[in-house]
Amino acid sequence: MIERSPVFNIFTYAAMTLGLLVVLVPFWIVIVAGSQSLQEVSRVPIVLWPSSHLWENIQAAWARADLGPKMINSLIVASGVTFGKIVLASISAFAIVFFDFRARMVCFWMIFITLMLPLEVRIVPTYAIAANALLPFQVVLDTLGITGLVQTLSSVRIGLEWNLLNSYTGLILPLVATATGTFLYRQFFMTIPDELIEASKMDGASPVRFFFDVLLPLSRTNMLALATIMFVSSWNQYLWPLLITTDRTNYGTVVMQLKALIPTQNGTPDWNVTMAGALIIMLPPLLIVALMQRWFVRGLITRDK
Amino acid sequence: MAAISFSGVKKRYQKNDVIHGVDVEIEAGEFVVILGPSGCGKSTLLRMIAGLEEISEGTIAIDGKVVNELEPRERGCAMVFQNYALYPHMSVRQNIGYALKVAGMPKAEREAKVLKVAKSVSLEPYLDRKPGELSGGQRQRVAMARAMVREPKVFLFDEPFSNLDAKLRVAMRAEVRNLHRSLGVTSVFVTHDQTEAMTLADRLIVMNSGFVEQVGKPSEVYHHPASLFVADFIGSPAMNLVRGFFGEDGYFRHGKGGMVNLPGLAKAHLSREVSIGIRPELVRRVDAGHKDAIAAVVDYTEELGASRLVYARADGSPIIAVDSGTDALGTGMPVHFALSESDIHVFDHSNGRRVDHNGRPVRATDTVSA
Repeated sequence: MIERSPVFNIFTYAAMTLGLLVVLVPFWIVIVAGSQSLQEVSRVPIVLWPSSHLWENIQAAWARADLGPKMINSLIVASGVTFGKIVLASISAFAIVFFDFRARMVCFWMIFITLMLPLEVRIVPTYAIAANALLPFQVVLDTLGITGLVQTLSSVRIGLEWNLLNSYTGLILPLVATATGTFLYRQFFMTIPDELIEASKMDGASPVRFFFDVLLPLSRTNMLALATIMFVSSWNQYLWPLLITTDRTNYGTVVMQLKALIPTQNGTPDWNVTMAGALIIMLPPLLIVALMQRWFVRGLITRDK
Repeated sequence: MAAISFSGVKKRYQKNDVIHGVDVEIEAGEFVVILGPSGCGKSTLLRMIAGLEEISEGTIAIDGKVVNELEPRERGCAMVFQNYALYPHMSVRQNIGYALKVAGMPKAEREAKVLKVAKSVSLEPYLDRKPGELSGGQRQRVAMARAMVREPKVFLFDEPFSNLDAKLRVAMRAEVRNLHRSLGVTSVFVTHDQTEAMTLADRLIVMNSGFVEQVGKPSEVYHHPASLFVADFIGSPAMNLVRGFFGEDGYFRHGKGGMVNLPGLAKAHLSREVSIGIRPELVRRVDAGHKDAIAAVVDYTEELGASRLVYARADGSPIIAVDSGTDALGTGMPVHFALSESDIHVFDHSNGRRVDHNGRPVRATDTVSA
């Protein structure tokens, strides 16, 4: 729609400015509050102008929430989840798009339907699996009567157990499955012309070779776009890390530590430190988006040849 | 160099046959063009040689070895695709050398080969460019270089020039012809463009809706079409084809009471419905007083420069003639034509096959000389 009239221009600019304000004001408040002293932040009405205590507040927040090691944990988890998601999504989309097997549409829809089952909905069974990742196999063995059989024969009871609680594996693995990523990759793979596949067949390339030599390089922009979204969303995970880590000191992530920064009911209301902490914690995803935004937009909207 | 032989080759999708049994021998070093309208199965046949389509029935042998169960890479064929199918993220050098890289050839040897092939199709200055930075003709050359570098036993071309403009197409045609002359590799070329087919082919395979209509040298196919389809498909303007039947009195009857005296042909074709065909350039324009002249009325004319095409109507049957006269010929004016019996082809209307002048039907693979 192309419309050019002064009234319409004013309207569009007004809408955009309003949207920008809605997005930016919370950030501004975080920065302002994070730079004020305890007295300044407690003043009524609120002062919406930054002060000079930002660095001290950041130091205080960093120390109080033990952000150093937690930052490393968060980085490990977010990069692990991002990497895992990309690998899993590209491989599953590769199988669905390029191989003609009988159950492929069933597989695709099964993956696609999981979009309707976010982590929050399946959190209890997921926790059960994380507590013992081999539980499904144990159940299979039990129902088939193999456990009983082995027990009567050798008086050894099969008990499979693989505990993922309080481990990086447990923080990462359950978040790796991604319908969104598979779908994105599928859409991209479907735009690859058949002739390219045939040319690589004629050149003698095996499917794996085709995947690495042709598909992956071609999907680079998509991959970066997906990586950006995935990194930000896994950095922001709160519920799952909270549930699966009892050992906060070693396996806590920064987002969990936000809770530790919020003033308690009878404690000092030092919101300035809380805000400075929030500022540190949201910095990495902000940086990633800022760095990747060129690829991000290109990967999701247009397609470079 | 390798010979290719098809025996009873069929292609079936679910329950539909798209190729109904092809039996053709392609000799080693030959340049064969498969010609036919869209959807006639010509590309499918080519892709079956390449190994990109399964062979539902029958066998294809390359150099005497049945290849039905072989992977594309094991068949020794190289293919040039219609849309070039170059890898967009690789440079020209990498595109050409990819097959060798996959085959595990050492880098130095590979580079040398790529360079040599690039030289032969004058692509040297572009080796480090991406396909996106090349023109259509250059991309087509890269596609050809990619096929050549593997030194295949067979070249397969799937309508490679249909995305090029007319001038470039002529140039590329000459290039392919030269390439074939210097390398002598057996080549199969699919196209729907008859000029391309006629100029390139040692032999033509004309296909229509999954059947091979005729196999033969371009001149044979043009001068002695084996079926109604071939007669109509090859040649521009198309052959004049008139439906009717021969009477005992030696006259051919057609249209609304039209009669042509063809006593030499009548005997062999009594008692069946036929179409007779004659090339427009063999229809002679004569004076009204000429013996056995066919009277017609001009519909319109098309000026070609050296000659003109006269579209006329004789007793309801359309007739096209190439005429070199310069007199004014307007719509509705009378003209007269004469035909020689030796230029006329007779086709059995029940099955569309040509019938020779002794009344015997002609098969697709017959070498027709009379």
